[in-house]
Amino acid sequence: MIPAPELDFALLSPLLIVAAAALLGVLVEAFCPRGPRFVVQTGLAAGASLAALGASIAVYVAGDLGVTDEPGRTIVADEAGVITWMMLAVFGLLGVLLFADRTLDAGLSAFTGRAADRPGSPDEAEAIRFRVEHTEIFPLALFALLGMMMFAASSDLLTMFVALEVLSLPLYLLCGIARRRRLVSQEAALKYFVLGAFSSAFFLYGVALAYGYSGSFAIGALGEVHDDTELRIAAVGLMAVGLLFKVGAVPFHAWTPDVYVGAPTPVTAFMSAGTKAAAFVALMRVLFASTEVDWQPTVAVVAGLTMLVGSLFAIAQSDVKRMLAYSSVAHAGFLLTGVLGGSDASAVLFYLVTYGLASIGAFAVVMLVRDAGGEATATTRWAGLGRQNPVLGVSFAVFMLSFAGIPLTGGFIGKLSVFVEAGRAGYWPVVVLGVLVSAMAAFFYVRMITVMFFTDPDGLAVASGAKITTAVVVVAAVGTVILGIAPGPVLELVQQTGSLIP
Amino acid sequence: MSDLLSLSMILFTIGAVGVLVRRNALIVFMCVELMLNATNLAFVAFAREHGNLDGQLAAFFVMVVAAAEVVVGLAIIIAIHRSRGSISVDEVRQVRG
Repeated sequence: MIPAPELDFALLSPLLIVAAAALLGVLVEAFCPRGPRFVVQTGLAAGASLAALGASIAVYVAGDLGVTDEPGRTIVADEAGVITWMMLAVFGLLGVLLFADRTLDAGLSAFTGRAADRPGSPDEAEAIRFRVEHTEIFPLALFALLGMMMFAASSDLLTMFVALEVLSLPLYLLCGIARRRRLVSQEAALKYFVLGAFSSAFFLYGVALAYGYSGSFAIGALGEVHDDTELRIAAVGLMAVGLLFKVGAVPFHAWTPDVYVGAPTPVTAFMSAGTKAAAFVALMRVLFASTEVDWQPTVAVVAGLTMLVGSLFAIAQSDVKRMLAYSSVAHAGFLLTGVLGGSDASAVLFYLVTYGLASIGAFAVVMLVRDAGGEATATTRWAGLGRQNPVLGVSFAVFMLSFAGIPLTGGFIGKLSVFVEAGRAGYWPVVVLGVLVSAMAAFFYVRMITVMFFTDPDGLAVASGAKITTAVVVVAAVGTVILGIAPGPVLELVQQTGSLIP
Repeated sequence: MSDLLSLSMILFTIGAVGVLVRRNALIVFMCVELMLNATNLAFVAFAREHGNLDGQLAAFFVMVVAAAEVVVGLAIIIAIHRSRGSISVDEVRQVRG
């Protein structure tokens, strides 16, 4: 007889809201007529993200977080977890709004109407003519959001594995259903799927070995003293491989540029912010709990390599979307320096907020710069954009400055706090390398600003006036500036996280 | 016990090498499944060693996750096969590496 677990529904409400809305979305898919379905699904998904945000804030304000010590708990709602929920709910909301914008492409969404049709076939033309749409994208996004929230709050390795799959599987599908450049999109999905499944198998074997030496799946048991050192190192190493793949750290970053470029841009925006946030919190939960393993030197090397490789490749790109993809690799490296402290999650959490906002905003700008063939991502097509559309130009400049870590943007405070964290742990070489790489990275971010404002237009792509996407861009830009000028409230919030409860 | 673990490690390695060297997306996919099932063997072996049921429970979770992964993976592979008539992971080269 297995005793029924006692659930604290109030504490779990953000997760339950998202799960319920995702399941409801599946029912809407079955019963709602095609006409209003897109709008209904949009409202449901956006409403669920908002409600999850509200519920997370309520859980946070009510206090008394995740201090339960009952054995066998699998989800822990500690400060870091709940703050990550809030962050993810905001990213989810912004992502859903980007998914929902149909004004960009003559009344059609960024997703293919019928994914089963061969690209260029008469069936596809028919689907376009009748405006068939995949409204399943909204439930899929909500399932991915649910997986991310679970991933960041799991205190049990098996839950973490299930959450990893719940977050990944919908994203594999979403990557493969772009309306434009469908072959590239399908390839991105295959690449992401094969490499993602490969890396989660490594994670899972790590879980098996951890169970092998501790006899339990609790993350807290990872730190148990045990004479079988090899087994422990292998377990933590294999789990780290799976998690570092998800955050896109070198040498497991090969998928990032191709998938980010091939996926529909709204999906890229959502997953670049959301997956990174969820995976970093999960990575910290596993590493911080592995107190008996000396993981810091390896992670320091990975961090240095990641920021170096990401920035070097980003410099060489002539395509904005691809440049942003490599820049996301570089930022994974900066974030990893904040993990080196080994106990405090607050610096990484703040960095994740600033990076996520700027990333969603930057990819939203990519959605807006278009020509007849869809998004115009070649850098040369962006020349003069800042003068043609000052709002977009200034917003994109803000995102670039924030990525570069220039003062008065959120990125500066974020970089400062992760470097301080690494310095406190004594990893000065990594900090020095980080500062040098930041200076180098500033080059290509500032180059984008020069292109947009000080280069004469040469076949300039038209910036679309789509309202929803523009609103997302503006919100992200304002958020980034506020985080730079008045970071106080958010900094105070994340600084209360203290150490993670394993 | 250590025999079972060795077997599981051998199977896992065969799967991992298969993913890296095989070119057919379906076979790559089967190799991933082999890795997951090798992990199941490790779970069950450790459960026997520890004398608790957690590991056997984990094996069930992994089976369900693997089934879900099959659904998603085959959908992607079929879509690719329809659009290009081949499922070789080598010919998938539209995007720059």
